[in-house]
Amino acid sequence: MSHWIILPIVLPALMAPFIVLAARFHIGIQRVFSVVGVLLLIALAAGLAWHVADGTVIYYRLSDWAAPFGIVLVGDRLSTMMVLLTVVLALFVLLYAIGSGWDSRGDHFHALFQFQLMGILGAFLTGDLFNLFVFFEVLLIASYGLMIHAGGNDRLKAGTQYVLYNLIGSTLFLFALGAIYAETGTLNMADLGRRVAEIGPEETVGIRVAAVLLLLVFAIKAALVPLHFWLPSSYAEAPAPVAALFAIMTKVGAYAIIRVYTMIFPPDLDVTSNLLETWFLPAALISCAIGAIGVLAARKMDRLVAFAVVGSMGMVMIAISLFTPQGIGAALYYIIHSTLAAAVLFLVSDLIRTGRGNVDVTAQIPMAGTFLTAGMFFAGAIAMAGLPPLSGFLGKLLILQASVSADLVVWVWAVVLISSLISVVGFARAGSTVFWKSHGTLPDLDTDENKEVATPPTILSYVAIGGLFALLVLHTVFAGQVHGYTTDIARDLFAPQAYNSIVLDTPGKLSKPSEGH
Amino acid sequence: MEVLVASAIGVLTAAGIYLVLRLRTFPVILGMSLLTYAVNVFLFASGRLTIGAPPILRDGVTTYTDPLPQALVLTAIVISFGMTAVVVMIGLGAFLGSDDDHVDDQPQGADAEQQS
Repeated sequence: MSHWIILPIVLPALMAPFIVLAARFHIGIQRVFSVVGVLLLIALAAGLAWHVADGTVIYYRLSDWAAPFGIVLVGDRLSTMMVLLTVVLALFVLLYAIGSGWDSRGDHFHALFQFQLMGILGAFLTGDLFNLFVFFEVLLIASYGLMIHAGGNDRLKAGTQYVLYNLIGSTLFLFALGAIYAETGTLNMADLGRRVAEIGPEETVGIRVAAVLLLLVFAIKAALVPLHFWLPSSYAEAPAPVAALFAIMTKVGAYAIIRVYTMIFPPDLDVTSNLLETWFLPAALISCAIGAIGVLAARKMDRLVAFAVVGSMGMVMIAISLFTPQGIGAALYYIIHSTLAAAVLFLVSDLIRTGRGNVDVTAQIPMAGTFLTAGMFFAGAIAMAGLPPLSGFLGKLLILQASVSADLVVWVWAVVLISSLISVVGFARAGSTVFWKSHGTLPDLDTDENKEVATPPTILSYVAIGGLFALLVLHTVFAGQVHGYTTDIARDLFAPQAYNSIVLDTPGKLSKPSEGH
Repeated sequence: MEVLVASAIGVLTAAGIYLVLRLRTFPVILGMSLLTYAVNVFLFASGRLTIGAPPILRDGVTTYTDPLPQALVLTAIVISFGMTAVVVMIGLGAFLGSDDDHVDDQPQGADAEQQS
């Protein structure tokens, strides 16, 4: 049995208290340990992803208790891919936080960052629903701290809304878990998949309620309309590197939906049939449209990017709600793309804030470092809006292609194409106002209080954004290979027998209880 | 007993949702506490209600109560306790900073956005 799979959780869990206890007053040492920790995580994640790339499933039983009784961690191609995406994103976000000095504007940035990573990686790796809840809480409680990092009234106010919204989400999650346990007597995902399939058609009330509650919880995390209201304020008010890291948190919700609604409640299951089809796809279409309209209407750069995230989650959900291998494959390709693109845009909006002291979409004096910042915004906007040649275009094309056989294909095509057009217009409006019109306004050097705030960004900030952008280019160049891989993942998800038998049938302690329940 | 427990959960949930909808920090936090009480009892009941039986499975014991929900409830209580402490601190900070305890207001940045 491989112990490697638990290291991505244990390493940040040890690194965070070490940073708090041993390096509390030395920001330099904190930075070194944080970066080294993330680099080690990248090595681990790459190793795990390479190990499972041929379709093997690795697992880890905590304390060696056999599967339905103990907690298992499971690494298959889907979870290791998400782990790798998370830690690579985390490295560049961390470099940006160090380069821009965000990490020294409040206490404990690096410790909270490590705890956040622990929660996200745990949520991807766990094979147990209650354990998923626990890791959700770990990532949330770290995100509360990161969200209000560096303080300020607006941030605290947005933070209160964010925390309360997520607390209600957690309560719903517990209700769903209680209902599932009451109906099936297990919380292990693989075991649930088997037991839910055995439920008779006359006893489906409880499990149907649980399935919908669970979907609501994940939809809150994934910011699906009408549960997206927490996202724009929270992401806009959070410090930029934190918002960039949060780009992966909405994807945790998407991952959980993919995992639970293919493994536990697959689309061909009688018990929960017709439960999601009627409203899941329309909700995704509306999120996509709301995101695009928000991009067009936003008067601040950070809100614009936040609405772009809502729109891109809508796009991911459209692909997921098809519940076909093609759809999920396209969704996974687009998840990688939109995580990187959203992070780039959040960091670029912080460059604008650094350059001129605010992020209003108004014509102001030319700012420090306009040339590079404008270029990066342009590239990020192309990626996010889904224009060729970057991967957003390919991702949207894959989603359109996957939806050809769906019932609502006309709606899907119309919404995806029109919302892309609207967000192109929105990005073009914001970009031309901020970067082009700036030369038309005369600088008022005497009265401008922003002058003291504005400083040119550091080289390391550019390196971090450039690195993310390079990943986007790679994601485009190797689109064929990546999409082939994600389609394989989707096929695995719809045929989970290998996963189930490895998790459930490998003997461990208590594998044959004398009298089970 | 099932009726009593079920209606207790229902009343707690209803009161919790009512308080959460008041949209001011203090009632919302109280409402969240009621909701977490409701969910804790609900989780506890999800392993079926049994009176006077040990939560241990061993030779010679025929009636026993399911120990797993008790472990789940313990985890849920600890987490919700910690979360409530966090939200009290953040809510207090927001109230002291802006002298306003509404949780549905847009942050100041959004107001400025509308004026500009």
